Amino acid sequence: MDFVVLGQLLNTTLVFSTALIFASLGGIFSERSGVVNIGLEGLMMFGAFAAAVGGYYAQDAGMGEWAPWVGVLCAMAVGVIGSLIHAVAAITFKADQTISGTVINFLAAGSTLYMVKLFFEGSGETPLIDGFSKVAIPGLSKIPVIGEGIFNSYPTTYLAIILVIVIYFVLFKTPFGLRLRAVGEHPSAADTLGVNVNKMRYIGVMLSGLLAGIGGATITLTTTGTFAHNTISGQGFIAIAAMIFGKWNPLGAFGAAVFFGFSQAIRNYVQLFEWSKSIPQEFIFMIPYVLTIIVLVSAVGRSSAPKALGEPYDPSKR
Amino acid sequence: MSRLRKIFATDSYIVPLVAILLGFLVGAIVMLFGGYDPIAAYSALFKRVFGSPYDFGEAIREMTPLMLTGLAVAFAFRSGMFNIGADGQVMIGMTAASVVGIKLGGVLPGFLLVPLAVIAAAVCGGLWAGIAGYLKAKRGINEVITTIMLNWIALFLSNYIVRTFLLLQGQNRSEDNPASLSMTFLFSTFDNARLHWGTVIALAAATFFYVYLWKTKQGYEMRAVGLNPHAAEYAGMNVGRNVVKAMFISGVFAGLAGAGEVLGVFHYQSVFAASPGYGFDGIAVALLGLTHPLGVILAAILYGTLTYGSAGMSFGADVPPELIRIVIGSIIFFIAAQGIVRWVLKPFYFKRKKEKVL
Repeated sequence: MDFVVLGQLLNTTLVFSTALIFASLGGIFSERSGVVNIGLEGLMMFGAFAAAVGGYYAQDAGMGEWAPWVGVLCAMAVGVIGSLIHAVAAITFKADQTISGTVINFLAAGSTLYMVKLFFEGSGETPLIDGFSKVAIPGLSKIPVIGEGIFNSYPTTYLAIILVIVIYFVLFKTPFGLRLRAVGEHPSAADTLGVNVNKMRYIGVMLSGLLAGIGGATITLTTTGTFAHNTISGQGFIAIAAMIFGKWNPLGAFGAAVFFGFSQAIRNYVQLFEWSKSIPQEFIFMIPYVLTIIVLVSAVGRSSAPKALGEPYDPSKR
Repeated sequence: MSRLRKIFATDSYIVPLVAILLGFLVGAIVMLFGGYDPIAAYSALFKRVFGSPYDFGEAIREMTPLMLTGLAVAFAFRSGMFNIGADGQVMIGMTAASVVGIKLGGVLPGFLLVPLAVIAAAVCGGLWAGIAGYLKAKRGINEVITTIMLNWIALFLSNYIVRTFLLLQGQNRSEDNPASLSMTFLFSTFDNARLHWGTVIALAAATFFYVYLWKTKQGYEMRAVGLNPHAAEYAGMNVGRNVVKAMFISGVFAGLAGAGEVLGVFHYQSVFAASPGYGFDGIAVALLGLTHPLGVILAAILYGTLTYGSAGMSFGADVPPELIRIVIGSIIFFIAAQGIVRWVLKPFYFKRKKEKVL
């Protein structure tokens, strides 16, 4: 095990973490505003699909290296549209939020594959496209381990890390963040102070669609290159876990996402260690999930969800 | 008779029915946009399910695990928990049934072996879910995150057990399981469709669900905890114990679904590349069935019909079978957002009231 491998491992970790970071940040916006979002999986699926299709047509139109960015834009748009289904049901019609989130997962799984088959003559997969390529940051990428690991990554990874900091600042240091959190903690008090509860919640849910959409786009544009039925396969649920694990805090969610990304990356490197060759691979695969439970049991303790999470706001019950 | 009419006139029955119709309507619109013929597609769907005894039997086979996982999710829901882990519990149930069936196959006679395998599946599924219940009760850890983690652990653990102890040489699956839940006496009627006792077990489980929750003191406590844990605690109920018990029973249902699949349908267990997805279907069925046991049975029938028939739709009218997920998603959407359905129904209600005045 030398430093080159360590750098590569760190790099792969970030590749796998990026999508989870985006999606869990999205989840934070929605849930901080008081709306449960079980639909992250579906929103990521929408994003991954839109990025694959948008990227494909942009590439076809000769947009070259800008094509993946067109894919990201499409993913953002489709993610927001998808999240509106959840918002309308959960906020305006006061549906059970868990249920309307599940609806998103169903509609996404159905409609994306339906459209893939429609657009690409019955094929179950979009055509392979060129995604993002890694960008080395001059100077910094020469640092041993960290240079290879962090400063030679996909642009989406840099964007994700920047967003963690920006969103932390927005949530905890701006009036907008305060209002969003107030609506999730105590909507009637926020209403009394003149905050439009439903509007804030719509914004929260739409931002979650936007970010989860980018998360899905990251997967097609950096790892798979296509969209198929198994492109997301549980990543959205892992993002939810990362959000809860990180206590609905962007920095915590970032840490949890990197942890899950690391556990996915380590599979590629497991055979490199002498000690690990004798352990059945299933147990290596299990480690992150077992570890998550152990960490939750030993350290984190009671979860600190926003107080009004899951409750539709009804002004008449104030 | 008047009582019957009253039941069908109540809102709670009309809303799901209208939701189903609206769901089909959305599906039809999506098909029209794609340039398909919805009438041909839907008739192909129903023809597939009801066209031959074999297909009808296979559709029932398809409905069976849906009923049980639907009951599992619904039971947890009634007790105030969201069990995303039915998937893992099904897999643990499968594995338990495989281990008992294959390892004790030569030792025990069939009349002991089969019940033992089923009980092992139920208990192991229950204990697996019980882990999440215990962690919620004792440590306040969100059951959503633990059940997601337990799904993955169950997948890898099951694969490990099958690969290490039960593998059929050179194959990616276990040896054949000598324990069988097949209803062989029905095979001639249904043209060898894989009907099995799991369906009967599922109906019994639904009955248990109803009687336990609405006719026993323990069930009353469980519902009270589900509705308001703080009030239940104030009333002297042991919230933690109820949470663990509810998750255990929920897992028992899911474990039984696993037993049915392994002992009744496949008669062996595969090494899974990814989670088989039973649990997520179960969430949909539980929600479609309004988390009531009778509703869950009806929802499983609807869901099973649609998913089994969707293959016919793609053969008969060339429509991608994924369309059916849009239909199911829309139905759940309209059931959840009942305001929309009421809005659609408003003119009819209005008319009826006017008639009364006249």
